[in-house]
Amino acid sequence: MTDATLLSGDATELGLAPTTKPRGLSRRAWEVFAQNKLALAGIAFVIFIILFCFVGPIIYSTNQTNTDLSLYLCRPSASHLLGCDDLGYDELGRLMVGGQTSLEVGLAAAAVSVLFGTLYGAISGFAGGFVDAVMMRIVDAGLSLPSLMVLIIASVIFHPTKTVIVFVIAFFYWFGVARLVRGETLTLRTREYVQAVRVIGGRPMRSVVRHIVPNAIGTIIVQGTFAVADSILILAVLGFLTLGVAPPATDWGSMLSGGLTYIQGGNYWWLIYPPGVAIILTCISFNFIGDALRDAFETRLQRR
Amino acid sequence: MVGFLFRRIGQAIIVLFLVTVFTLALVHLFPGGPVRALLGERATPFEINYFNNLYGFNEPFYVQYLKWVGQFFSGNFGFSYHLNQSVASLIGQDLPKTMVLVLLGTVVSLIFGIPLGVYQAVHRNTVSDYILTGVSFLGYATPTFFLGIVLVSWFAVDVHIFPPFAPQSTSVIAILGQPRALVLPVVTYAFLLYALWSRYMRSSVLDNLVQDYVRTARAKGASERRVIWRHVFRNSLVSIVTLLGLSLPTLVAGAILIEVVFNYPGMGLAFYQAALNVDYEVLLGFTVLATVATILGNLLADVGYAMLDPRVRY
Repeated sequence: MTDATLLSGDATELGLAPTTKPRGLSRRAWEVFAQNKLALAGIAFVIFIILFCFVGPIIYSTNQTNTDLSLYLCRPSASHLLGCDDLGYDELGRLMVGGQTSLEVGLAAAAVSVLFGTLYGAISGFAGGFVDAVMMRIVDAGLSLPSLMVLIIASVIFHPTKTVIVFVIAFFYWFGVARLVRGETLTLRTREYVQAVRVIGGRPMRSVVRHIVPNAIGTIIVQGTFAVADSILILAVLGFLTLGVAPPATDWGSMLSGGLTYIQGGNYWWLIYPPGVAIILTCISFNFIGDALRDAFETRLQRR
Repeated sequence: MVGFLFRRIGQAIIVLFLVTVFTLALVHLFPGGPVRALLGERATPFEINYFNNLYGFNEPFYVQYLKWVGQFFSGNFGFSYHLNQSVASLIGQDLPKTMVLVLLGTVVSLIFGIPLGVYQAVHRNTVSDYILTGVSFLGYATPTFFLGIVLVSWFAVDVHIFPPFAPQSTSVIAILGQPRALVLPVVTYAFLLYALWSRYMRSSVLDNLVQDYVRTARAKGASERRVIWRHVFRNSLVSIVTLLGLSLPTLVAGAILIEVVFNYPGMGLAFYQAALNVDYEVLLGFTVLATVATILGNLLADVGYAMLDPRVRY
């Protein structure tokens, strides 16, 4: 290690070092990613929405705990930029607070399901044989559950707090991740470096965690990005069905559910469009990022 | 082929077993058990004991499971204590109405999704392809219920073209008799699925366009129209069959949301109301039915794929 450093130092002194640093794989992947304008726009929007939801309330301070019925459905004005809802909550402030829930649950549920699904899929694929068959039948069963129906049942049973919802969503999402990672593992486990680990006496768990999972990381990250978008949508569905977080907490789906009551009565556009558009833009952004990441990782694989 | 069929059916039975055990166990997680859900918060211990004995909820789980499966096979899907109606009759009453919605929505989405997907693949990376891709992305990211709300506020509240609610009736014929009221629910449902088919069709056609048989067809002097529609299109359609079978959970979930938004009196709405009322036998019966349908759908998709594509060997 020290020798190598000295050598490369010598090379620089003698003017023999390459003038430009050879571009690494991750750098090439980043270039492919950066060429995708939609993905950059997606990243920009995700950063914006995170700032909006978490820093926004500091700048635009509103009371999101106590109701104020004198402000019942007030129209957008200078003091309430997006008007108020039927309980007198400021709609713009509500959008921020609801967004916090949506983003937190979306990211956490994605993280939990991807983490668990990856380990499960990698172990199943690596073990092979009977263990794999049993583990995969469980995944088959999970994938053929009508997830929305079971989600509805689960939300009725467990009192929906943020943490509970994260695990309920993750419970139904990890099956897909597990199947995908297992497929990837089946090709990786025959590689020489994985077999070498076994030959030198490494435990199976070491192959899985240190060699198979890192080499499947592209698939996993791409899937994780889509998982965020999907989890935000699932939370919105639960919120819309009034099975989401309990008031005064809210999320974008619950806000839409509240707005649905008033669409017949007149033009209360501020109850519907802000949360709806927020959901759509956030999900589209994560989908764009995921698509670009897939392209980036594929080029990395192609040039390897 | 026969061996494959048997193996595939064997897997389906194992999956069915796991799913039913899971669903029954889930229902037993209701705080205080199913009897508490049935009798409400203020039930006395005596009442709970009485009902537990009456319905056998105090027996070991496996006994209850076997009993329940036995009932299911004899056509007894349970009883709705809330509606005072058997689940089987509830299904008989609501399933046809949901089928109308699902079938109409699926057909409309296929009519648009498949040709437009082919069009996008043939004219890939043109402005029209980008626009249609944008539409599909929108379809993926838009919550079904939000689209429903927006369509209602545009076409039923702002401009009175369509009624804001789905046709309300207990019979299928009466529902089909109000086509105007069906437009918004079907359009919302179809848009959700359109994104799925068109994206899939586009990539499937793109895959097929680089195959050797396309070059052969062109070399023979076949017109571009013939190459696309006689060769590529038909081969791409094979994979759509699989997708149709695998999309059953999406179809079911979509139907629930559409029915809640438009107050469409189908199985989805009944299920949602049962969830709010903790009408657990309805929840159980509907879920298991939907799961059986999904497993059958997957099975048919696999078998259909094997039959449509002579290259598939098992």
